[in-house]
Amino acid sequence: MVKGHIHSIETCGTVDGPGLRYVIFLQGCPMRCQYCHNPDTWEPGTGDEMTVDEVLKSFYHNLAFYKHGGVTVTGGEPMMQMDFLIELFTKLHADGVHTCIDTSGIMFQPKSDAFMEKMEALAAVTDLVMLDIKHIDNEKHKALTGHSNERILAFARYLDDKGIPIWIRHVIVPGITLYQEYLEKLGEFMATLNHVQALDVLPYHTMGKVKYENLHMDYPLKDTREATKEEAVAAKKIILNAYKHAKEGHSQFSPT
Amino acid sequence: MEKNWHESWDGFKPGRWNRTSVNVRDFIQQNYTPYEGDDSFLAGPTDATKTLWAQVMDLAKQEREAGGVLDMDTKIVSGITSHGPGYLNKDLEQIVGFQTDKPFKRSLQPFGGIRMAQNACKENGYEVDPEVVEIFTKYRKTHNQGVFDAYTPEMRAARRAGIITGLPDAYGRGRIIGDYRRVALYGTDKLIEDKKQQLATSLVRMTGENIRLREELSEQIRALGELAELGQIYGYDISQPAANAKEAIQWLYFGYLAAVKEQNGAAMSLGRTSTFIDIYIQRDLERGLITEEQAQEYIDHFIMKLRLVKFARTPEYNALFSGDPTWVTESIGGVGIDGRPLVTKTSFRYLNTLDNLGTAPEPNLTVLWSTRLPKAFKEYCAKMSIKSSSIQYENDDLMRATHGDDYAIACCVSSMRVGKEMQFFGARANLAKCLLYAINGGVDEKSKVQVGPKYRPVEGDYLEFDDVMSKFDDMMEWLAGLYVNTLNIIHYMHDKYCYEKIQMALHDREVKRYFATGIAGLSVVADSLSAIKYAKVKAVRDEDGLVVDYEVEGDFPKYGNDDDRVDELAVMVVRSFMDKIRKHHTYRHSVPTMSILTITSNVVYGKKTGNTPDGRKQGEPLAPGANPMHRRDTHGALASLASVAKIPFRHAQDGISNTFSIIPGALGKEDQIFAGDLDVDRIEDCGNQACNIPNIMNSIDGE
Repeated sequence: MVKGHIHSIETCGTVDGPGLRYVIFLQGCPMRCQYCHNPDTWEPGTGDEMTVDEVLKSFYHNLAFYKHGGVTVTGGEPMMQMDFLIELFTKLHADGVHTCIDTSGIMFQPKSDAFMEKMEALAAVTDLVMLDIKHIDNEKHKALTGHSNERILAFARYLDDKGIPIWIRHVIVPGITLYQEYLEKLGEFMATLNHVQALDVLPYHTMGKVKYENLHMDYPLKDTREATKEEAVAAKKIILNAYKHAKEGHSQFSPT
Repeated sequence: MEKNWHESWDGFKPGRWNRTSVNVRDFIQQNYTPYEGDDSFLAGPTDATKTLWAQVMDLAKQEREAGGVLDMDTKIVSGITSHGPGYLNKDLEQIVGFQTDKPFKRSLQPFGGIRMAQNACKENGYEVDPEVVEIFTKYRKTHNQGVFDAYTPEMRAARRAGIITGLPDAYGRGRIIGDYRRVALYGTDKLIEDKKQQLATSLVRMTGENIRLREELSEQIRALGELAELGQIYGYDISQPAANAKEAIQWLYFGYLAAVKEQNGAAMSLGRTSTFIDIYIQRDLERGLITEEQAQEYIDHFIMKLRLVKFARTPEYNALFSGDPTWVTESIGGVGIDGRPLVTKTSFRYLNTLDNLGTAPEPNLTVLWSTRLPKAFKEYCAKMSIKSSSIQYENDDLMRATHGDDYAIACCVSSMRVGKEMQFFGARANLAKCLLYAINGGVDEKSKVQVGPKYRPVEGDYLEFDDVMSKFDDMMEWLAGLYVNTLNIIHYMHDKYCYEKIQMALHDREVKRYFATGIAGLSVVADSLSAIKYAKVKAVRDEDGLVVDYEVEGDFPKYGNDDDRVDELAVMVVRSFMDKIRKHHTYRHSVPTMSILTITSNVVYGKKTGNTPDGRKQGEPLAPGANPMHRRDTHGALASLASVAKIPFRHAQDGISNTFSIIPGALGKEDQIFAGDLDVDRIEDCGNQACNIPNIMNSIDGE
């Protein structure tokens, strides 16, 4: 049995996928997003080592509560622990439990046969992917996370080809992602996919700050304010509007 | 009943309720109209309601400014007929009646204890009339005096140390629900007739028990007569059954009003009235006598009255209960044993008062939750909960198995069949302190007085699980016995000197009595035992060798994380203490039960409890009820609830509480931000122009 490195478990997840969810936070992440509110999940190879059965004990014990929900794996970057993830979801899938990965997609390596073999196995037992697109602009993405977004967008296309439902998550950060043009670009990208089921706009908040202090780390976005709910509502409208226009075959920039 | 039909009942389906005996449940089952629809029929507040409520808010403001009490009666001893009528605005009030001759004036109730009544007055700047004080010290003994005449020195010491706390030995025990619906359905004449029949047919061999019953039945008959008089004071003849919805609510309220005029009980709950009232409203609506607006107005005015029930209480009492609660609990919904939900339109109307009058803690609207409740009602409850944070939920599927489908909740969780069961409220034993007594051989960790039996204390530097468990078991044995006997005295004296005659008049003659014990500090005990078992706990002793603090080395499983290793310890403690309670004789053949439900008093109990082996420091609050200790549940709400759910109801039948708050954002996605349906046809179109929204930078370069 593969052991996973577990950061923590939230038994009453209400915002990470449909219904009431058992949310498993896996330890380790290659991304260094400036606005990350879970820097304590970055370091790989730490956390509690647990088998699939140990991780799921409380889930199965309280199964009745999750009948309209399921299990969400997040992190950290859950796809850093592919073997564990595959074993976990294979078991859940066999039991008819709805499975969901909350991921940045950064681990996706279409040119690696070894990776793609595992990816196929995982895709076969995954019911939903919540794909967090940090920034639609590649240069800005690099600045924000330290990585290119090419793999991430490729991962979205891969999922779409497989017909796996996708929720797009997007954090709006004043001065970084909260721009009309970027939001529209994101909407247009979403429109190139056929299996996007939901858009989850997350207003940037500073609740992670205290974790940085506890870890004696510098908080990168010291001077950035939180996004308001109004801005999130507005951003949602912009993204959806661009999505709609692109889907209907005409960009809003080229009037019919 | 001799004449088995009354014209006021025309339109109702007959049954056992009119032919055989007083049987409100049968009346409800024969006549109620289940409602499966939604809340769209509900009506808002009328102008009269708004005017009256504004007046109440103004009086409430005056009361706050006056320091918490606006007016107190210092001379007239409160009874069912002690005061003339009182009104907010006689012309506007559909439902009338106050405890004294005006709203916000607290009544004088010395039968529980004259000193408590005096202190309540004194603390608020009033003084009880010397003549009343003289009567209740010289000529008329009170419950409080009776109890202290009988207490043993050991009981006094345990009480002083706080290992048994909150005992109703100086105040009204409450927790009895009269079946106030009987007043509306039958009128007082029929109820008196029925009680006279009970008296005439009671046992004639004059044992102490039978003498007491005969005396009580006579008291009850007299109280029903006074209840009729109370109606007359307000200009109503309630000797006959209520003829319409307004009368039904008014008659029922008079029954309740009589109870709160007579008793300043720790919890004066209402029962399960909404579906009963609905039958009358439904009949009036069908007859075209009233509109929905009027129906809602009756309910609004009734609830308004319940919100204005007030008692004179002392600061200590308020500290114990975190405020001045009256626990006017009303149980709503649930499912009948025939499978039909007991949800009616009036169930909605009761909850609608949270909109019409705004949110309030009283009456304590309690939804008896079943998975089989109609979906629309569940949704409405959820909506109103989110809006008001004022609805309590209890598990009907669990309680129906024990109590059938006409039970109600007294106080916060105590379930009892209405008019057929009652309880002797028993406060609680502090098990956290009991564990410390076990470690220190009965010596109190704070006062250093030998309160418990002088058993051998724990020796050595480190606590050993088996040793502590066996000592704890012995100490619980002692505590259970002392506790039950203390309560026996209290309830004997309460019956004798402060008998709830109108509430018991609205019960059957043969009442099942629960002997409701309780425990505090469950999670502290579970975590302490877990620390001793799974980590290392070092005893820190003072100069006398008394263990006064603990050093925990290493980690241990904590209650509240769905971890069987520690949850089983909690279950074991509950079962073990309940079994020890069961060994003892209980007053009036009452059935022992136990609750784990300190909702507020855990703060006071914490103050009285020294450092505990789980690392909790002296004075820190115990967790409320069966809650995990603050911040020790680290796996989210469901794991926390799963731990609590392991506590067996069978051994804690008087209720298990879990106080739980959650911010709205943690209940799900904000639907204004989250788009869960990306059907392009349904996405709002902003046109070809970009959505024009402030704060969003239009250009990337436009910073």
